[in-house]
Amino acid sequence: MHISDGMRWALRVGTAITLAFIYVPLIVIAIYAFNESRSQAWPIDGFTLEWFDRAFHNPGVRDALWTSVKAATGATLIALALGTLAALAISRYRFFGRDTVSFLIILPIALPGIVTGMALNATFTQVLGVDLSLFTVIVGHATFCIVVVFNNAVARLRRSGTSLEEASADLGANSWRTFRFVTFPTLRTALVAGALLAFALSFDEIIVTTFTIGQEQTLPIWIFANYARPNQLPIVNVVGLTVILLSIIPVYLANRLSQDPIGAAGPAPAGGAAAAAAR
Amino acid sequence: MLLAGPVGWLLIAYLGSLAVLFIASLWQLDDFSGEIVHKVGFQNFQELIETPVYRTIVFRTVLIAALVTITDVILAFPIAFFMAKVASPRVRALLVVAVLMPLWSSYLVKVYTWRIMLQHDGIVNWALDPFGLSGPGFGNVATWLVFSYLWLPFMVLPIYAGLERIPNSMLDASGDLGGHPWTTFRRVVLPLAMPAVAAGSIFTFSLTLGDYIAPTLVSSTQFIGNVVYSNVGIANNLPLAAAFATVPVAIMIVYLLIARRLGAFESL
Repeated sequence: MHISDGMRWALRVGTAITLAFIYVPLIVIAIYAFNESRSQAWPIDGFTLEWFDRAFHNPGVRDALWTSVKAATGATLIALALGTLAALAISRYRFFGRDTVSFLIILPIALPGIVTGMALNATFTQVLGVDLSLFTVIVGHATFCIVVVFNNAVARLRRSGTSLEEASADLGANSWRTFRFVTFPTLRTALVAGALLAFALSFDEIIVTTFTIGQEQTLPIWIFANYARPNQLPIVNVVGLTVILLSIIPVYLANRLSQDPIGAAGPAPAGGAAAAAAR
Repeated sequence: MLLAGPVGWLLIAYLGSLAVLFIASLWQLDDFSGEIVHKVGFQNFQELIETPVYRTIVFRTVLIAALVTITDVILAFPIAFFMAKVASPRVRALLVVAVLMPLWSSYLVKVYTWRIMLQHDGIVNWALDPFGLSGPGFGNVATWLVFSYLWLPFMVLPIYAGLERIPNSMLDASGDLGGHPWTTFRRVVLPLAMPAVAAGSIFTFSLTLGDYIAPTLVSSTQFIGNVVYSNVGIANNLPLAAAFATVPVAIMIVYLLIARRLGAFESL
């Protein structure tokens, strides 16, 4: 296609501006985590690792980290089980209401988080009479994490087709053996990728968490409770950088795992992931 | 059989909760005891409509959501076009990852970072100072900026996917027929990319409607989300909060109907 040189350069500049807009804040918070001074003024005074040490030994941060890990693990396990089952049903069987079920799975991330949070809060406190706790957070997170596992598993099942499973059945394997030795091995990396994404999604979620948590604090809740305390700010910066890294690394790994071995990965997975990240 | 687990979960945990939300929005608060009375009525919605402050808040939220959507379209187009039509496959793959990664990095930390950057001795004022300018400080402008930042990747990815589907020959044809690049953009690219823009705008619009964290951190004005949040937490008026939470749902249903007419659902 013919694009004039001037146009090419204009597009390059536009791209650079947008990329800078996306990345400058992330770089800034990374620099602040090493800030020597308690003051948050720019430019920073000097570099130190002291706040990492302090954050690591801060009991509030440690508890919050542990709570976040427990919540994300619980939500991921539930999402993994339910997302896989739903994906198998949707992609291997035809039944009445199939489209409705796919819609139902996507709904929790299509609606604003505050609606999901508010709805769960009302149900727990008013109808079920359950005290808000880590358990209710896990239920809330699992609800919107199912879709990421589901999306990854469905994409893989669609690509791999049914011929291997049919061959397995023709050779006399029952449906459990077929799942155990044929379907599951092809699905495995997609499930790991889905689980990593679910973990990352749960790990930095705050809105649904706020409405479903009791006395405990997850890392984002801890940050939200401390962002206005000048004394705590250096530690908040360190925790912020940690949360960014702990959500980016799983996503990076998931991205590598879910890469199509044949190389047919087009914009579709990107769009799917964008949809999946919407809370 | 396979479906029993997931569907049961979503039906009970999610659709059930949504139903409770709508029912709870019809309950009311006893004026004296502050207890919730499980009596059905439309007082909360009446209060929503008749209180000027609430009307202002809804209007402000929708206005900012619209501005954010427009800003993101403008920021997304050049990079999406570059990715789809100019970049080599290698650069394209790198750019997709570069846009995708920040999408997943902690949302709260990104808002918090903007707070650090926009404060009066922050990096924004430091950078603008040599030009005799100063940043927007905290307020509606800051909220608009932060929302535009947060949801930008949601706009870039659908537009990129949409532009990639436009055959190069169409753009060349427009040029061969004497179309100025701007004419080509306006008459060929934009109409063909419209469904993708509509798809991206579902995210930028919906996410802005439901958010209360960003306004809390970088401004002191109230958005729909703030009202819901403060009525659950501080005022303890759950029915009113539930009623207000249905406002974004109603707006989004209207928005989705419009977006569907623009063909957004095919480009999701």
